[in-house]
Amino acid sequence: MSFLSPQDMQAIWLSVKVACAATLFSAPFGFAAAYFLVFVRLPGKAFLEGIINLPLVLPPVVVGYLLLLFFGQSGALGPLLRSLDIRIIFTLTGAIIASSVVGFPLLVRSIRIGMEEIDERYLQASRTLGACWWDTLFSIILPLSIRALLAGMTLMFARSLGEFGATIILAGNIPGVTQTIPLAIYEYTNTPGGDRMAMSLCLVSIALSLLVLLVSESVTRSYKRRTAR
Amino acid sequence: MRLEVAVSKKFESFTLKADFTVTAQRCGVFGPSGSGKSTLMHLLAGLLTPDEGRISLAGEAMFDSAKNIDLRPEERRIGVVFQHSHLFPHLNVQRNLFYGWKRTPEAERRIASDALIKVLNLEHLLERGVGSLSGGEKQRVALARTVLACPRLILMDEPLTGLDEQLKYQIIPYLKKVFAEFDIPLLFISHSLQEMRLLTEEVLVFEKGRVEESMPVDELARNHLTTSNRGYANFLSLYDPCPQGDLWRYRWGEESLISTESGIDGENLFELGSKDITLFKKHPQATSARNLIACSVVGVFGDGNRVGVELSCAGGGRLISQIVPESVRELDIREGVQVIAVIKASALRRLC
Repeated sequence: MSFLSPQDMQAIWLSVKVACAATLFSAPFGFAAAYFLVFVRLPGKAFLEGIINLPLVLPPVVVGYLLLLFFGQSGALGPLLRSLDIRIIFTLTGAIIASSVVGFPLLVRSIRIGMEEIDERYLQASRTLGACWWDTLFSIILPLSIRALLAGMTLMFARSLGEFGATIILAGNIPGVTQTIPLAIYEYTNTPGGDRMAMSLCLVSIALSLLVLLVSESVTRSYKRRTAR
Repeated sequence: MRLEVAVSKKFESFTLKADFTVTAQRCGVFGPSGSGKSTLMHLLAGLLTPDEGRISLAGEAMFDSAKNIDLRPEERRIGVVFQHSHLFPHLNVQRNLFYGWKRTPEAERRIASDALIKVLNLEHLLERGVGSLSGGEKQRVALARTVLACPRLILMDEPLTGLDEQLKYQIIPYLKKVFAEFDIPLLFISHSLQEMRLLTEEVLVFEKGRVEESMPVDELARNHLTTSNRGYANFLSLYDPCPQGDLWRYRWGEESLISTESGIDGENLFELGSKDITLFKKHPQATSARNLIACSVVGVFGDGNRVGVELSCAGGGRLISQIVPESVRELDIREGVQVIAVIKASALRRLC
């Protein structure tokens, strides 16, 4: 691939790494949050829902800045992280956290739509047939919302590939460390004569996104066929 | 079975208060829609928690607010067959059937799965997805699924409502067979007196969130004769039809009855409305009705303008006819009097 420089290849690899890690890391939490929003009846749920959805409406830069304050040296978690010798700011971990937080509402929303379609009486039937709560969660709720979960993970993956605002604030734009595709494109557009390089990365970005959509579509379809049988 | 219940639960719109003890093996819970029958079922199964009170099954406490006992649904082992079968859509018939079975401790698995599948005629459905089943098939699978979990008690919440008449009477024999063969206590919730009478021995009458009374199911049906306009349905087991002209002659005890409907060899269940039995004091010489049966009056009940007359026929067959008080006086109907019951061939309706 002559039209991509080694630095570009690194950016692509980093992007994929960040998106995969953020998606896999968030999936169980997203599932739990959606379960809570759909099936648990508690006061204050609306507030929690608001908090979960906030990154969706806030400018990513604001999210990034808040995360910076939270994880920074003098932030709430700063002393703890320092004592454990964990660095978040300007690291790959930071990029993953930024992507996770920004993509989380999309993930939860998607799973939630799927879960809301589950008739609660299936859960009652399963309990009266001798399944405990965990058993019901894994034998009924998870299989019945697996398509929504996959759709949510796809959305989140795609969103993570394109994450820019929060990432640049929390993780910076360090080639080979935190420079993902959007950050690399941003750098090219600021460099004289970088248009061609920016364009080739744009093409890669488009190709990656399309690939994700196609894979997700075919996986969803195969699940649909299995359940319709 | 010994089920003791004394619970209350308050809702925004009504309060459920139930205080009863059931000892019959097959008991019905009868009441109009919205009287709290389904809520009761949820309380018994552990899907809802009562505000206070006590539920015990065979001496074991399922719920006791005083002792802080509240067994989870899976610990109670009370099976539920819901009104809509609620088969798990992502599992095929076989995996639905064995969902509860797999979660039953091996020592408790006393139901022979092959026999049950055979009784309910499900063999050919095992590999199918549940989406492609008909209403009756779904209910049969749901029933088998619950029975296979080997519950200590089965609650059925209007399992036949929503099925058409024909299907309903196709399923009832299956139900009876399963409960007879596998000896599982049953609490059957319904607003249909007919289903109640076909499936249970005793009923709890529910009204506005309270158990009003408990009585043998036949007594409830007799009460309905005098209070509602629908009369009393006699259920007759008729055997071995043989053609007679355009009609069919069935064996009923020592008598024979003629019906317009054909049946199968062996037992056929027929329904005969109390209003379709006309009583004559002497043998009518000429009548269009095809069935004339000599019987004696064994009881007269009801005090309104509808009176039930219980008749005993040759071979021990019992019938209940419904007449008005004036006829009782004119024909001098009282215990021991001989009468002729006249029944039209078309009044005998075959159920299954």
